[in-house]
Amino acid sequence: MGITNEGLVLACSAIGAGLALIAGIGPGVGQGIAAGHGAAAVGRNPGAKGDIMSTMLLGQAVAETTGLYGLAIAFILLFANPLIGRL
Amino acid sequence: METANLLASSGSEVDFMVHGIFSYELFGQTFWITTTHVAILIVMLLILVFAIAARIVISHAQEYPTGFQNVVEMVVEMLDKMVESSMGVHAKKFRNYIGSIFIFILISNISGLFGLRPPTADYGVTLPLGLITFAMIQYNNVKYNKFGAFTDLFKPIPLLFPINLIGEIAVPFSLSLRLFGNVLSGTVMMSLIYSLLSKIAIGWPGFLHIYFDVFSGAIQTYVFCMLTMVFVTQKIPEES
Repeated sequence: MGITNEGLVLACSAIGAGLALIAGIGPGVGQGIAAGHGAAAVGRNPGAKGDIMSTMLLGQAVAETTGLYGLAIAFILLFANPLIGRL
Repeated sequence: METANLLASSGSEVDFMVHGIFSYELFGQTFWITTTHVAILIVMLLILVFAIAARIVISHAQEYPTGFQNVVEMVVEMLDKMVESSMGVHAKKFRNYIGSIFIFILISNISGLFGLRPPTADYGVTLPLGLITFAMIQYNNVKYNKFGAFTDLFKPIPLLFPINLIGEIAVPFSLSLRLFGNVLSGTVMMSLIYSLLSKIAIGWPGFLHIYFDVFSGAIQTYVFCMLTMVFVTQKIPEES
């Protein structure tokens, strides 16, 4: 019987959605390193804790963006697949 | 389509709370009124009620503030301080707009805690916010740099023109995608928990709400406003 065209597209979309989330490694490592530097800075200068924390949170939220790009691609492939319409 | 039933039996149906409620025809296209429209309406009504109450209190302002006037002054002071710390001299021109979108995005993100689907979980809400930021940046760019707004794209080396151009165009998309992705992933996680673990999801999902809705929502609000202010300030040259 074999695999239909639509089945092949759906299966590859599912695999692609899973692979897209390998992009989650980057923010995980980067934000962890940033948090470590932030903690060390607070240790050196406990009075500036408020400033250090807001700077660290701002930098981490910006670094999160590329991980979210991967999540957006996975959501698009799973829920709003544009490739099926092109069969 | 069934409405969002938090105690639905687990397994077969996962409900992400996006429904079309009402459709109408206009110029031959079908338009839907969805839950996002209703959620934005509720959020705006909340903000309007707060604003009208604040207006009434301010018109009888006392020298030493008490009660509700205290809360209003605290909110305004916090927003003013945030805008001034980032923009310095130019803060007076932008603090109204930045304060408004700060309050709107904050209340939208937190509304997931009260049972609404957060309107910012819809890309049609965050993309216009990003595009308004883009328009503001380019307007100030042209206003303060006149023709330099175009030649700045060739600045370090003319060879970098495509990269500078893509960097300019990517700003609204990255801003809107960051806010959208964070809020949507929180919504999807909570919908999955409520649909699949509905039999045992009593009490402890509150802690997840604190992380996904309150903490993540507040940080994304702060980051959106900070980045808007930083991008606009970058375009304004410093006068000596």
